[in-house]
This record gives sequence, structure tokens and C-alpha cells, in this order.
Amino acid sequence: MGIDKIKSMSRDDFKDNEYIDKLVEELNATGANVMVGKMDDLINWGRANSLWPLCFGTSCCAIEFMSLGAARYDMARFGFEVARNSPRQADYIMVQGTIVHRMAPVMRRLYEQVAEPKYVIACGGCAVSGGPFKKSYCVVNGVDEILPVDVYIPGCPPRPEAMFYGLMQLQRKIKVERFFGGANRKEKIEEFFKQHPEEKGHIG
Amino acid sequence: MFNFGQWTAAFNSWLMGLGTPEWLGITIECVIIAVLILLTYTVLALFYILYERKLCAWFQCRLGPMRVGPWGLLQVFADMFKILIKELISLKDTDRFLFKLAPYILITSSVVMLACLPWGNGLQIINWNIGIFFVLAVSSVGVLGILLAGWASNNKYTLIGAMRSGAQMVSYELSLGLSIITIIVLSGTMNINDIVLEQANGWFIFKGHIPAIIACIIYIIAATAETNRGPFDLPEAEHELTAGYHTEYSGIHFGFFYLAEYLNLFIVSGIASLMFLGGWMPLHIPGWDGFNAVMNWIPSIVWFIGKAFFISFVIIWFKWTFPRVRIDQMLAFEWKYLMPFSLANLLLMTLCVAFGWHF
Amino acid sequence: MSDIKDIIVKVCPSATFEEADVLMVNVPEKDWYDFAKELKNNRELDFDVLTALVGMDWTETVGVVYYFTSTSHHWEMLSVKVVCENRDDAYIHSVSDLWKVANFQEREAYDLLGIKFINHPDMRRFFLRNDWVGHPLRKDYDADPKLNPIRLDDEVNEDDSRMYIEEGGKIVEKPCKVFKDDDYVVNIGPQHPSTHGVMRFRTAIDGEEVKKVDVVSGYIHRGIEKLCEDLTYPQILHFTDRMDYMSAHQNRHCLCMCIEKGLGLEVPRRAQVIRVMMDELMRISSHLLSFGCTAMDLGATTAFFYGFREREMVLDIFEKTCGARMSMNYNVIGGVIADLHPDFCKDVKHLIEIMPERLKEYHKVFSGNIIAKNRLKGVGILPKEDAVNYCITGPSGRGSNWSCDCRKKHPYSVYPELDFEEVLLDGCDSYSRYMVRMKEIEQSCKILAQLVDNIPEGDIRAQVPKIVKLPVGHWYQQVEASRGTFGVYIESDGGKNPYRVHFQSPCFNLVGVMDLCCRGNMIADLITIGAALDFVIPDIDR
Repeated sequence: MGIDKIKSMSRDDFKDNEYIDKLVEELNATGANVMVGKMDDLINWGRANSLWPLCFGTSCCAIEFMSLGAARYDMARFGFEVARNSPRQADYIMVQGTIVHRMAPVMRRLYEQVAEPKYVIACGGCAVSGGPFKKSYCVVNGVDEILPVDVYIPGCPPRPEAMFYGLMQLQRKIKVERFFGGANRKEKIEEFFKQHPEEKGHIG
Repeated sequence: MFNFGQWTAAFNSWLMGLGTPEWLGITIECVIIAVLILLTYTVLALFYILYERKLCAWFQCRLGPMRVGPWGLLQVFADMFKILIKELISLKDTDRFLFKLAPYILITSSVVMLACLPWGNGLQIINWNIGIFFVLAVSSVGVLGILLAGWASNNKYTLIGAMRSGAQMVSYELSLGLSIITIIVLSGTMNINDIVLEQANGWFIFKGHIPAIIACIIYIIAATAETNRGPFDLPEAEHELTAGYHTEYSGIHFGFFYLAEYLNLFIVSGIASLMFLGGWMPLHIPGWDGFNAVMNWIPSIVWFIGKAFFISFVIIWFKWTFPRVRIDQMLAFEWKYLMPFSLANLLLMTLCVAFGWHF
Repeated sequence: MSDIKDIIVKVCPSATFEEADVLMVNVPEKDWYDFAKELKNNRELDFDVLTALVGMDWTETVGVVYYFTSTSHHWEMLSVKVVCENRDDAYIHSVSDLWKVANFQEREAYDLLGIKFINHPDMRRFFLRNDWVGHPLRKDYDADPKLNPIRLDDEVNEDDSRMYIEEGGKIVEKPCKVFKDDDYVVNIGPQHPSTHGVMRFRTAIDGEEVKKVDVVSGYIHRGIEKLCEDLTYPQILHFTDRMDYMSAHQNRHCLCMCIEKGLGLEVPRRAQVIRVMMDELMRISSHLLSFGCTAMDLGATTAFFYGFREREMVLDIFEKTCGARMSMNYNVIGGVIADLHPDFCKDVKHLIEIMPERLKEYHKVFSGNIIAKNRLKGVGILPKEDAVNYCITGPSGRGSNWSCDCRKKHPYSVYPELDFEEVLLDGCDSYSRYMVRMKEIEQSCKILAQLVDNIPEGDIRAQVPKIVKLPVGHWYQQVEASRGTFGVYIESDGGKNPYRVHFQSPCFNLVGVMDLCCRGNMIADLITIGAALDFVIPDIDR
């Protein structure tokens, strides 16, 4: 599996290798033949290296995301710079900032509009857990209450370097997925939505 | 100058020599050509995407893609793999047939235009006596794809984008056509190959001097608008209409729009190089035989592609320098300034040709 | 001030007075609207700016505190308190016909406190979902999550609005419509690249022309004011950095000054100078971002990168001293949290040295371009009268030739000693607003140049009691933030938590003119106008 093939980052530079190792083990246990495995690797290589973000920022983290795109940090180096404004063409949503009650259904709908494969990154304290506004009457305590989150990036706001780290973690995660045979990803998402149903019947 | 026609003729005679019936031979040749052209199309589009990304990074004091493959060369392939297997979302309450048809119309028109370009000496797929006229006609089909995409998506943004696009294309086609006619007046032919051969003793931009230079400038402006590129990228004005007419497209359908956009850039650059910079014709200066001989050493295909890339560079430069114009300003610019100017220029060129003021 | 009391008593005999940091007039509700008309139209009073509108809940009664200033009477401030006895059915006369800025302010008060404003043209909720139960800023608000769970069903567009009018001594509800039936309404936002966050404009268009803009806000309403009521004074400071994150230092400066005013605390001069320098650096950073975003919204993406290049230099200065690039948390009650980094002066000098040259470059790259000029000039006209009436302060107001700089008119900290100009342009359009920002960068550099060699030695923090308790009373303080006048209202009941904190943010007023400015312009102009007004959404929603 290609999880250690992040350019100029060694395995030890990442903090939670155990989690990814577990995913690899799971995959190896179910087994895959060589041909399909190679195809998977190719597809995952494509997916991991072509992550187009959806322009979606609610507060401070969005400004740091702009810095990420600006010349000093330049996310174009990784091929992340093709920021799409239409969710249909994006690959991941980086939730930058607080999600409040009024935004929650919009957020859910945005997620549903993104074409598969789609990933969610909770970026910043507010998106991870509600952050400083956790006790507020209308703040969603972490975007994982409404969306299945793949990577969490803490910070208030996270530095652009931290965002890169988070994005590289997402790349590693994508590299241990399987396109042929294993629908584990979709199942997990469906499972998530079963546990977090929409509240029906309030307004028609 | 090496003529690629020798190769194609040799292949043809070899195929016929095997005793294949004529219909089969033609079919085989057509299939080979089709495969080649689609391959060229993809490779060129991918190259162009990288070209633009690298150039724009350069304008913006950035590095651009550099981590996927050496110098980021594999970046576009990663994008291609991803977009090929991305989900195609089908929408409720849309005209499904037209929705799916639209990207193919756009891409077909640009493939057909690609086939008309003179790639090199003897490397031309369609060679008609009305070649350039045909190219103009086919280029207008592309706008149909955009209009359909905007209409069929059943979305207000796409509809506004499509309407803008319609207005823009129809207007700027006039200047585009007029500047091409200006050159046709000078060359006296609409056959693409003959236009190139006419420029053997000097490119039209030198031979036609003032009117040709004006026509060239008008052509480049109009071509920028035709390809929906900045500062005329209103149909997909990212900051106004999210993604314009292709807002609702995902996966490879969006990929087609994306590829067609870049390929159209190549095609308009190719036509510009054909009309003004001699197509595949090397730089010849009458009287300098030694120099001309050296120029002839460079293969014709390199000349053509090099010129096209140069003009694309200029158009990309526009995009990353200028702010976007507003719809009324854009239409006023065309109808009030560009079109009357190109009409006057056509008159000037006609006078030049009639009185033999050109070289 | 005594003469003002006389005039007020003459026009409104029932008024009583209360001395605070600003003179407060108590007016009974029944006389309020007539008094308001006098305030606005009487030449001797002439309070033509409604600076702040604070909805209040005093447990038994609810009401509104208004803060007024005047453009002609040298900016003396006046506050008016209107109380409603009946808290379950609270009605106050709307003044949104006199001061247009009150339109959204009153909707906010209705949303959060449930005060209904009589004759208000459009009494809908502003921040919360239209199916929200209760009014959160009320002291007896039921915060049970069962009442207001996270609703994931789509919110229905509220096209039916209502008015409360008086008919024969009784108050009746009258329905009205936001859009006409045949309006073609396009939804711009909440997820849209050019709304600078999660703002939503429901725009009725005719072809490309905008007919009406309905602002739907609250997609990042985080309830900061309610949160503050449960926290101690030092704990509430960090919220200001996260409201308008592009004027984090100024906002926090304002809140600290307001608390210091309540405590009667003298801030050491070194801390004051450091604060002012940080404010001006923040202003430069903010205006650079504004330049970048304006350019990007107009399609000149490259200019955006140029603006960010210099912004990174400012962020480096912040990072060295405060330890963070954004959300610096630098000001504290009584001073600043840490001393300056040894490189501070060197870095600031370097910045002010290169800035003039870079500003010329920006002009060359973006605003010198004929397309940019055509896109900005004459777009989003906001005459001075409207700017005053809608209380558009900051660079946007000064672009309409309204001299509203708080640093000049209501001097605070060390600003009176400094030599700088208030940049005023009379174009009243987006181009003027843009140019005011560019010129303010120069002025900020000028201020920094004066201070950088004159940072006095001394303490960076005054002695502050371990537990900060404000005496009973209320205070209002305002500063000039990057986008306009930022105000803080604190009411204390003597405890260690504030009884009520209200932040009067400049951006809140800026969205108020979107409808006015955009009407008759194109869709593309809506983006330009938004970019030139340069609002920050979390500052609106709080």
C-alpha cells in the first residue's frame, strides 16, 4: 500500500500511523489480487494527488486558507489549487469555521451535492468541536454531528502548515482505500446518515 | 522542407497493395486518423492545463504544481484519473437528454476544428477549398453546447451563464469573422493549405503590414472572448455565477467542458498562427537564402505548435492580468468599437490589395 | 451639557435624565416617536446619526438603549433609554423611517429579545431560523436543546413578512410580501465565492439588472453576546478577535478600554503606544486583504497574490510578538499580554519603507487598469446623506465624503498626539471606497513611523485586581476599527460577569446599504459593491 509515499515526508513525520496501519491491515485481510490491487493503486494515486477543494469558509480559518493558496504557502504545489465554487466538481469540503444551526441544513445539502468520492476536513476548533462557542445556543458542536469527517485539523485558526499536514493525512487515507470490490467507504457514509437522520415533519 | 504527405501516401499505397478493397482501406484510414486525433486532443489538452497552471503560478510569484512527478508533470494525469472515475450526478427536474448531450456537442465542435488545422507540411486531415469558412461555421456550433448546458441544468446561475455566453459568442464572432476575411482578401483563397503556402515568402503579418497587424490584434481580442477566457470569462464568471453554465456538471462531463475550454484555446491560437504567422511555414526572409535554409531545417510541425503556444501564452497572459469586464461593457466594446474598426480595417485591406500596397 | 437638557425638556417634558459616561435620557414609550422626530429634525439637537441600538432585558422590563451622535454638533453623544413595561407583549415605535440604519438593528432586537417595533416595514427574524423557539437574549430564555435541536430540514424561504401598525389605539399585525409574485429571485449565497463568507442575498433580477436585494443573515450567528453573560470579563476578551478577524486588535482594544473605563483604570503609556501600533498594523493587514479580495472578485486574480505577499510581512510581525498569525489575543485589561519582540521595530521600519513602493505597484497591477476603473467608478453610488442615515462609517463612509473617523472625532489612546490625515474622497462610489483604503495604508504607515522610534519604556500592563468586577452602571466605548466605528456597550450589575454586552459592529450597517446601492445595477456590480464595502460576515452575525 502506498501510504508512505508522500513526497519528502517520512512515515515518522506523521503522528497517528497506528490508525492508518489498522486500515491497511483490514484491507490486506480481505485480500485483493495483484491486477486489481495495481489498478487500485493507480486510481488512489490519481485521487490522492488531485484534491480539489470546495470554496467554503465561514470565518477566520477561511482567511488562513486564502494564505494557504497565496504565494508563500502555495497549495498549488500539491495540485490543490483548483478551488471549485460548484460543489459538484469539488473533491473535498474543508469546513473552515463555525457551523451554526441555520447553516447546518445548508452544509448537509452542500455535502450531498458533492460528487463521490468526497471527503470532509474539519478545520479549526469550531468545526472540530464548536471551539470557543461550544456553549452557545445555536452552534453545532463539531461538524461531525452532521457530516462524516475524514480529517480533523485543530487550531484557532490552524496555521497553513497545519492545514498542509491535514491534507497530507487525507492523501494517506485515500491511498489505503479500495475502488474495486470494497464498498466500505460508501457503507460507512450510509451508516453515518442512518445515525444522524434529518428531522422530518417540521416543515413540509 | 520535409513533406509528411510522403508518409501518408506511402501508407495508403501499402494498404492498397495488400489487396484491400477501397471502402475497407478508407475505413481503416479513417479509424486510424480518428484515434490519432483523439489522442492528440487529450494530450494537448492535458499539456495545456499544466501549461496554464505553471504560467499562472509564474505570474503570481508562486511555484505551481511541482510535487506530483518531476516538475509536477504528472499532476494533470492524476487529475485525469480522478475525473474519469468521479461520480456523474444525474439531476431531478432536468432535461436529461439535452443535459448529457451538451458536453458532447461542445467537444465535437472542437475536435472537428482541430482536424482542420495545418499541423505541418502535408499533415492536414481536412483540406477543402473553403477550409477557413468551415472552421468558422463549426466554431459556432460550440456555443450551442454551452446554451444547452445552461438551459438543461434547470438552474438560475447556469441559465444566466448560458445567456451571457450566447450574447458574447454571437457578438464577437462578427469581429472574428471580419478579421479573418481581412486576411482572406490578402491571400485570395479560403483553402487552409494555400493560405500557408502563400506565406512562403513572408508571413502575412509582415506582408500585410498595417491592416494585417490591426486584424491580428482584433483577432486575438475576439478569440479571447470566443474561448470565454479572461477578461471575457463572463459565462463562467467564478465570482458571480459560481461556475457559470457548467455549475451542475460533475465528473467527466465537467471534464469535457474543462478540456474543450483549453483545446479551444489551442485552436484559436492555431488559427491565429495560420492566418498571421504563416502556420507551419518557417520564417523566410526574401533574399536571405542561407537563413531560410537554416529555418527549413526545423520541422514544420515544431513551427506550427511553437507559434500556437506563443499566441496561447499571450492569451493566458491576458487572463492573469486583467480584471473581468461587465456584460454591458463587453457588448459595448464589441458593437461600438471592435466591429466598426474591423469593418474599416477590411476596407483598408481591400484598398491595399487593390492598389498593390502590400509586399 | 446643561443646555442640551433644557432643549430636551422643552420638546419632551416627560424626559428624565441619568448621568453616565454619556448623558442618558429616559423617555416613556408613548412619547418616544415624537421625541425621536425632534432629535432628528430639530436644528438645535440635530442628532442625525444613530450610532448604536442596544436591546435590553432588565428582568422585569425590556427596552432599547439608543446612542446618537451628530455630524454638525461636534460629535457629542447622547443616549436614550426607552422601556417597555409589558415584557410579554413588548412594543416600541420603530424609528427606521427616521434613521434607516435602524431597519436591521430593530430586526436584530426583535429576533434576540422579542421586542416588536410598531410601523417597522419588515418585522422578520434576522439571525435565527424562522422556526426558532424563543428569544435567546432574554434572561428567561429556555436553552433546552429539545426546543431548538439542530434542524437538518431545509429552511423555508420567508417571503411573507409582517408589520405591526396601530389602528384605533390597538396594535394589529398586517401581512406584507418581501418579493412580488413575478419577481425572478436568484439566491446568491450562503455558499458563494464572493459573499466573503456565508452571507445570503436573495436578489430579484430583471435580465442582468438587480431590482431588489433581500439580505438573509445569521449563517454564522454564534450568539457571542449571550455567551458573554455567563463569562467573567477577562474571559470574554477573546470573542472580539473572532468577530471581525481583520480588526482583531482594534476590537479587543475597544472592549479593554470599555472595561478599563468601568474600572477607572489608567493604562501605562507604553501599553497605549503598543496598542495603537498594533491597531495600525492590523489596519494595514486588513486593507491589504480588502485590496486582494476586491481584485479577486473583479477577476484580477494576480493582484490578490500581490496583496497577500505584503500581508504576510505584517502577519510575521504579529507572530513574533503575539505568537499567532490571526486571533492574536494580545490586548488584556490594563495593557497588553506580552512585551514586544526585539525585532519589532526593525520589522516595522522595513514594512513602512517598502509600502509606498508596493502601493504604486498595486495601482499599476490593478486599479490603474482601465477595466478595473470602469468596473469600480460610478458603481454603488452612496450619497453622503445616505451614508449618514445608514451610519456607514469607516473607509466606506469616508469614500462618501463623510468625515467619520473616530480617531479624529472621538480621540482615544494616544491618537490626539499623532499627526495623520483623515482620508476623505467625494466620489461616493466603489472606486472612492477602494482608494480611501489604499490611502489609509499610507496614513497608517505615517502613524507607525511616528511611533516606532518613540515607544516609551515602562510597564506593559497596569495593576489589575485578580477578580475584575465592574461597579453597577453602563458604559459605551467606540474605536475606529478597520471597517468603521466599532462600539462596545457593557451593562454591569456589580457582579463578576457582565449583565449585558453588546457589540456594535460596523459591518452590520454595511450590509444595510446593499439593497440601496445595488438597485438598478448589474449582478456583476453586486459583487463589486460587496467587495468595495468590504464586510466581514462574522462581524455582522456575531
